[in-house]
Amino acid sequence: MAEYIPILVFTAVAFSFPIITILISKAIRAGRFDPVKAEPYECGIVPASEAFDTRFSIRYYLIAVLFVVFDVETVFLYPWAVMFKKLELFGFIEMLVFLGILVAAYIYAWRRGALKWV
Amino acid sequence: MNMDLRADLLALLPELTLTAGALVVLLAGVGGGGRRHGGLAVTALASVGLTAIALKIAVDVSEAGRLFFSGMFVLDPFAVFFKVLFLLTAALAPLLSRDYLERHDYRPGEYHSLVLFATVGMMVMASGTNLASIYVGLELMALSTYVLAGYFRREVKSHEAASKYFVLGALSSGVLVYGLSLLFGELGSLDLAAMAAALGGAERTPTLLTGMALLACGFLFKVAAVPFHMWTPDVYEGAPTPITAFLSVGPKAAAFAIFLRVFLGGLEGLTPYWVWLVGGSAALTMIWGNLAALTQDNVKRMLAYSSIAHAGYALLGLLAGSELGVQSVLFYMLVYLVSNLGAFGFVILLESRGYAGETVADYAGLARRQPLAAFGMLVFLLSLGGIPPTAGFMGKLYVFAAAVNAGFVWLVVVAVVMSAVSLYYYLRIAMQMYLREGQEGEGAEVLAAPWTARAIGVCGVFVGIIGVYPAPFAAAARTTAALIGVTLP
Repeated sequence: MAEYIPILVFTAVAFSFPIITILISKAIRAGRFDPVKAEPYECGIVPASEAFDTRFSIRYYLIAVLFVVFDVETVFLYPWAVMFKKLELFGFIEMLVFLGILVAAYIYAWRRGALKWV
Repeated sequence: MNMDLRADLLALLPELTLTAGALVVLLAGVGGGGRRHGGLAVTALASVGLTAIALKIAVDVSEAGRLFFSGMFVLDPFAVFFKVLFLLTAALAPLLSRDYLERHDYRPGEYHSLVLFATVGMMVMASGTNLASIYVGLELMALSTYVLAGYFRREVKSHEAASKYFVLGALSSGVLVYGLSLLFGELGSLDLAAMAAALGGAERTPTLLTGMALLACGFLFKVAAVPFHMWTPDVYEGAPTPITAFLSVGPKAAAFAIFLRVFLGGLEGLTPYWVWLVGGSAALTMIWGNLAALTQDNVKRMLAYSSIAHAGYALLGLLAGSELGVQSVLFYMLVYLVSNLGAFGFVILLESRGYAGETVADYAGLARRQPLAAFGMLVFLLSLGGIPPTAGFMGKLYVFAAAVNAGFVWLVVVAVVMSAVSLYYYLRIAMQMYLREGQEGEGAEVLAAPWTARAIGVCGVFVGIIGVYPAPFAAAARTTAALIGVTLP
């Protein structure tokens, strides 16, 4: 069990760090209340509205999912490109199959109108 | 291309073919042809047919007993038997679904494509000899079926089914993977053969046993055994009926395939520990599945509890563990597949109350209005109940015999008593059909669904043949079990 002690110490440090930080800042800050301070932080600008009654198009979600799919594709392409010479023809064909499946997904998304913004 | 890779790809040919077929169906289903129900169902059927041919080729050219993809994949008779079962399910699914999708006006392209993808996942599971490749197949199957359960997006019940299935399915996958990680930590490998070898000298540490128990819990969840069954009734009730039929046979059989391979192959050394876990669950499953089914009025819910109970019977074969035990599970899966798909086929054919609303009372007087349909339903119900001369009787006979031979007499006593209980709810439908007078102009009618009727016909032929002449099917299961039997990898 001795080899687990560093993990235990690490866990203790990880938990105590935010707690101690919050306690120290609470102890030493001035603590003057201001309504502006209670507002949600939106990159420094004045918040446009409450978080709960803002509606946004479901299309953002679709675009985000498509982005993730093609982002992962790029992530796969990098290690393949680095190892291209070593993987030879096999790697090339594998990658073509992988891209072929993704192209099928792309055609599907396109024809189903996922890329159209109405 | 080197020779190893060539052999690997040839062994994977069926999966590759089916994946290509699924992509073709997906792309054919978008755009102008999105509502060609017949064409897309035929395309799906054709890709299943091509996959069957590819499977034959793969078996013929592959060296027997060889492992592919660095020991991740095997094409032994055990895997082939299950692949044939999955292809049978995948061939019946488009037939069962075609008229149903048109009646409810949902797009067939994505639907058939997801069914095929789920089948690819199940085929990979059956061939996996490494917990990593098994898990990849499992997730492909699970993710496709989550979407299918919620495919009828205009139905609240379908939403409910999909969200419950997804959340609980993801939880069970998490439990399973946690078990894998503990086993990997203790045994140093995820390869089943290496695990079995490492178990020989390994100390039975609490970590090892926890890993095994978590793995068992994950698998019991996937086969819907008590106490991990709570998702089943809601999912089976809310999912589109052909998908319920598919879920109740395909993924369940796939889960049994990996259950057998992992627990009789990799973890056979731990049998004294898991036998109580699985045995207790089997007893609870048979008792609770059958007792809860007694009180159900909704037909789909009743069949859901019935399918829970059937998982309990099949677990007896796993517990027996012998060659006979493995054989009995394989045979039982075939019998259960054709009986259950047939019964669900009639639920689709007789749909009368909108979405998933049929109660047992809706079948009142069916025998007078539709004698043929009532008789067909009766045959499938008797088969599920295990009455000779239907297939269900032979299935139970083999499982019970295997369990008695292995010394699980108390479990077989439970199984026999609960089978008798199950007859009450199966015959409740029969009684409604034959002995009750239906209200004029009310109750279930046979809908015009020629494709569904064909699927039911295929199931009916199987139920009849296996019931009166089970020898060739049992022999196929026995050769399969003998070749890998209890020494699988």
